[in-house]
Amino acid sequence: MAANWLPPVLLTASGRPVFLPGEIERCLLSAVDLEAEENPALPTLRSGLLVLTSHRILWIDESSSSGCAIPLAAVVHVFHPKKSLRNMFASPRVRIQVSTSPDGRVGEKGTRSEMVTIVMRGKTDPDVFYGRLLEVLRSRTWEASEESEGRERGSGSGEGSARVRMPVVGVSGILRKEQEMWESTDKSLQEAFHDLNALMSKAKEMVQLAENMRQKLLLGSNAQASANDDELGSKQEIQDWLLSVGIVSLVTKESAGALYHQQLSRQLADFVKLPLEKAGGMIALIDVYCLFNRARGTELISPEDLLQACALWEKFDVPVMLRKFDSGVMVIQNKAHSDDEVFARITSLAQKPDALLMGISPSDAALTLGIAPALAKEHMLTAESKGLLCRDVSPDGFRFYINLFKEIDPSDIYSIKTTGLVGAWVSATSTSG
Amino acid sequence: MQKLGDFKVPHFFNYPPYYTLQPVKETREKQVQLWKELILDYCRNQKIFVIGLEEDYPLFSNPVIERSLSHEARKVFLNALVAEGHAEWMDKSHKKCLILWLRIQDWAAYILNFVKENGFEDSVMTVEDIRSGIETRGTELAGIDRGVLMRALRLLEQKGKAAIFKGTSADDEGVKFSA
Repeated sequence: MAANWLPPVLLTASGRPVFLPGEIERCLLSAVDLEAEENPALPTLRSGLLVLTSHRILWIDESSSSGCAIPLAAVVHVFHPKKSLRNMFASPRVRIQVSTSPDGRVGEKGTRSEMVTIVMRGKTDPDVFYGRLLEVLRSRTWEASEESEGRERGSGSGEGSARVRMPVVGVSGILRKEQEMWESTDKSLQEAFHDLNALMSKAKEMVQLAENMRQKLLLGSNAQASANDDELGSKQEIQDWLLSVGIVSLVTKESAGALYHQQLSRQLADFVKLPLEKAGGMIALIDVYCLFNRARGTELISPEDLLQACALWEKFDVPVMLRKFDSGVMVIQNKAHSDDEVFARITSLAQKPDALLMGISPSDAALTLGIAPALAKEHMLTAESKGLLCRDVSPDGFRFYINLFKEIDPSDIYSIKTTGLVGAWVSATSTSG
Repeated sequence: MQKLGDFKVPHFFNYPPYYTLQPVKETREKQVQLWKELILDYCRNQKIFVIGLEEDYPLFSNPVIERSLSHEARKVFLNALVAEGHAEWMDKSHKKCLILWLRIQDWAAYILNFVKENGFEDSVMTVEDIRSGIETRGTELAGIDRGVLMRALRLLEQKGKAAIFKGTSADDEGVKFSA
């Protein structure tokens, strides 16, 4: 009973939370505890990943791939993380009051309440989190989705009470259309300006930040003879400001900070599953870069981000991996992908009568295997290095043949073989005349 | 089987990868072995003693499959023969290669054996006789390169099995074999 005092969170195969429709991440914090301080019956959740979204506060235990959530609708009050002499050296805490049902489960419209403390043991600024929390609570995005859901459900069930549309004919029809157009334009303009206002206020913050930094630097270089304490203080402040701006100040990096690459890594692992299936288990990294950015739409990632995200896969238990071929080509492949299976298919292709005579080109293999020609070439080069194929370079191009050298005995080169690969090759070449 | 002149080529002569220098070590080693044998056999059969890199040989170009060995490939195979002692570069720029399907000491042994079998000990033969005389017809010695022959004879001379001396005409030499 007490163990599931919070509703559970669904996770994807790569450990990312499954979001509700319209739910957006706002903030990520690592090494966070959730405590119900005043009710020892409710167990403390230790050292998890806290994700603040527009709809819920998610707490994810990465080691056991499970998580739970506090719906924002259940939050009654948030207490400011005051800094006092008492708690100056302790981990910052934000306390919230949530409504619960009589049997202790957290949910909105509960009759009782509990106090939950969010203990931030990682390196985070509690004020930033507090500010974001207030923002999402103020915007009440979950109500909007509920409303639209309600509307959808309502209009679906009430066939008889469907909205009666005025006939769009005649001059009144044209006027009505114009009216509707104006209204929707007006609405979207309002929304746009709303976003723009938010952008402007952020921009103001940035400018203020830059100005402060400039002042401090000026002071630092001018007042050489100032006391050591002052200099130390200013350096620390500058570092803090730099951290708050982020290495590269993109919106998403602001919300995840140092966890950016970890979350990106998991998101990428989820995304790449479907394209991998379609491509036969292996895709070139450059193709993933294009696909991923195209899917993201606006928050594009750089090639370095992609590389880092792939490199992090080693630390997580995801079913995909990054692989670099000798030629330098990098691909993403399923861990379950077997090279030997591909080689078996290539060698059987190379032993068909046509292939015995003419060999196979990378594009032939690509067609048969159902993979990209560049990847087919990589596979064939690897097969060559294993001694399964050998190359034929000529004005006609680059082709591969099944390796007969292995079977030829140098001490007996003039006898005509009838068995094995050589036998097959001899009969194929003699029948062609 | 295909022929080059009256030389029968092995079946893999029409295998296109045979003409491309293989990058993979194991495959390359096999390929080099096969070419070394083929070159020696062909030269022995056609009595070719010198291979010039700039020249064309039916052995190196196969019109049936439209493939030929690159310059680099020929060098690799000839160098392999040189390393074995079955060939020698005749110039610093490695443009001409002397092919010794029998090495000099093997030639010397062959000559000695020929002399013994035919009872030519203690008799005198001219170098030309050895090269193109009736006695040597049908043997490996027929048509032997003069330079190679002289070196083999000198080797025998060192071992005391033969003595070389100037002949009656200005440009011919004679050899006396001793048992």
